[in-house]
Amino acid sequence: MAQTLPFDAPLGKDAGPAGASPAPPRPLAPSGRRSLLAGRLGYHLLLAPAALLLLTFYILPVVRVLWISVVEPHPGLGNYAELASPPVRHVLTTTAAICTLTTTITVLLAYVVAYAITHCGRITRRLLMLGVILPLWISVLVRSIAWVALLRRQGVVNSTLLQLGIIHQPLALIWNELGVTIGMVHYMLPYGILPLVANMRLIDPSFTTAARGLGASPVQAFRRIFLPLSLPGVIAAGVLVFIFSLGFYATPVLLGGGKVIMVTEYISSQIMNVLDWGTGTMLATTMVATVLVLLVLLSRAADLRQVFGAK
Amino acid sequence: MTTIATVESDDTGLRLSRLSAWLVVCFLLLPITVIVPISLTDRPYLSLPAAGLSLQYFINFFTSPDWLSSFGQSFFVAVCAMVIAALTGTLAAIGCWRLGGRVSDGMRALMLLPMIIPQVVYALGIYRTYAEMHLLGTYTGVIIAHAVTGIPYVAILVSAALADFDMRLDQAARSLGASIFQSITLVLLPIIRPAIASGAIFAFIHSWDELLLVLFIGGRAIFTLPRRIWNGINDTLDPTMAAVATVLLFIACLLLVLDLVIRRRDL
Repeated sequence: MAQTLPFDAPLGKDAGPAGASPAPPRPLAPSGRRSLLAGRLGYHLLLAPAALLLLTFYILPVVRVLWISVVEPHPGLGNYAELASPPVRHVLTTTAAICTLTTTITVLLAYVVAYAITHCGRITRRLLMLGVILPLWISVLVRSIAWVALLRRQGVVNSTLLQLGIIHQPLALIWNELGVTIGMVHYMLPYGILPLVANMRLIDPSFTTAARGLGASPVQAFRRIFLPLSLPGVIAAGVLVFIFSLGFYATPVLLGGGKVIMVTEYISSQIMNVLDWGTGTMLATTMVATVLVLLVLLSRAADLRQVFGAK
Repeated sequence: MTTIATVESDDTGLRLSRLSAWLVVCFLLLPITVIVPISLTDRPYLSLPAAGLSLQYFINFFTSPDWLSSFGQSFFVAVCAMVIAALTGTLAAIGCWRLGGRVSDGMRALMLLPMIIPQVVYALGIYRTYAEMHLLGTYTGVIIAHAVTGIPYVAILVSAALADFDMRLDQAARSLGASIFQSITLVLLPIIRPAIASGAIFAFIHSWDELLLVLFIGGRAIFTLPRRIWNGINDTLDPTMAAVATVLLFIACLLLVLDLVIRRRDL
């Protein structure tokens, strides 16, 4: 579950094809051309193991899921009519609502943290970054156990508040939408913060200084200069968090306690318990389509490589 | 006058954002820190210690054949998956870097897919595929699935390191008579080794923490640690779970430190 890297690592800038760089001096000219060809073949061979592994054990199984959705139990789009059925609609509405809520809260909090990280001294920055990165390394199950211990009726939060006399009845903090949202925001925050930091680092501080020098108030300088410049980062963080939220499994199940059923849990139970491959694969296909559409939107709104901090 | 006033209000804004940032970081660290005292509880349910600290749940964990076997299984699967992902991912990243053009763009997109497509979609597909190949409930099956989904981490990190690599070093080696193989092993690999190691650590953690796939393809034989915890959480809320969580927390911190040292990364 630790998925730190995409945000602090570039997506691999092209160093340019070998042929485009100045050819190495070759004293033995006659063999030059042949070995260049052999070289390119050699580099193609380097791709082979990963390509074979991915095609056989990733792409084929995934394509198969898409295929099953239109042929089982009957060929045609019959499975997709299920999208209108009340239980599926309920699951989709729940998923959309929780993902939207999670994304909104995450991006708001992430913005504040990223702003502080890019506007503070070196030591504070390092400490804050460490606090952001550490949770990424902790298993989502470990965190869910901790949230259960903290939030349940006799949990740490409720018993502390009761002892302090702030509340007289334990609060229902878990096994409902609130619990799921707390757990999901906690998981998603680093994925919101890191792309925003990458984006804000690129904003030239002299722009805001110039605005201030020309008489803008701090609020004006922020609203009219900094905020618009950070908007691509906001969109990128939002779309990424939304995509990751859609596919989330462990936290909604553990903190939702069967009362908040999101699409991944529903698909799993369709396959594992009901053995309804038609509905399961149809929903899986719908998820893939949604994610791809979101990615296209993201690539239009922002230069992906810049967003991920490659520049 | 105005300058001083604006600088001050600037400071308030910044101070506010810094304060909120620390609050958010506290929220991020809260569940991680609270799990340690809970694992030392002397009560029979998930709670903070009441009268005194007790190591009984750690003893439970380290003497339970089930938990220890899961620990071993997880470690074995994660190491194998890590080796496969690191090897194939690194080779492919080097190939993409040298080839450029459409082939390499396509390959890069292919390598990123497992990170973008929701895991449950793949879980369904691989479950069906393995059922026919008789790979359900086998180490081979779980290792391959974890390796394939671990490739993106290696590919991203190694590609990033390659983008910073000075091509002239490679040209110099080749012009001095090194073959492609020699140039890669003697010049390129030593320079990008930290990135490979870091990618390998991520691939390890990916497999070590992976739950959904193993629920589908683990069958009756493979009970990795996440799967055992999952069953445990759904059955009872035994504080042994908190002890396991603390052990995992400790391992994760070790790996994080290892990664920071390897990459000598500036946060």
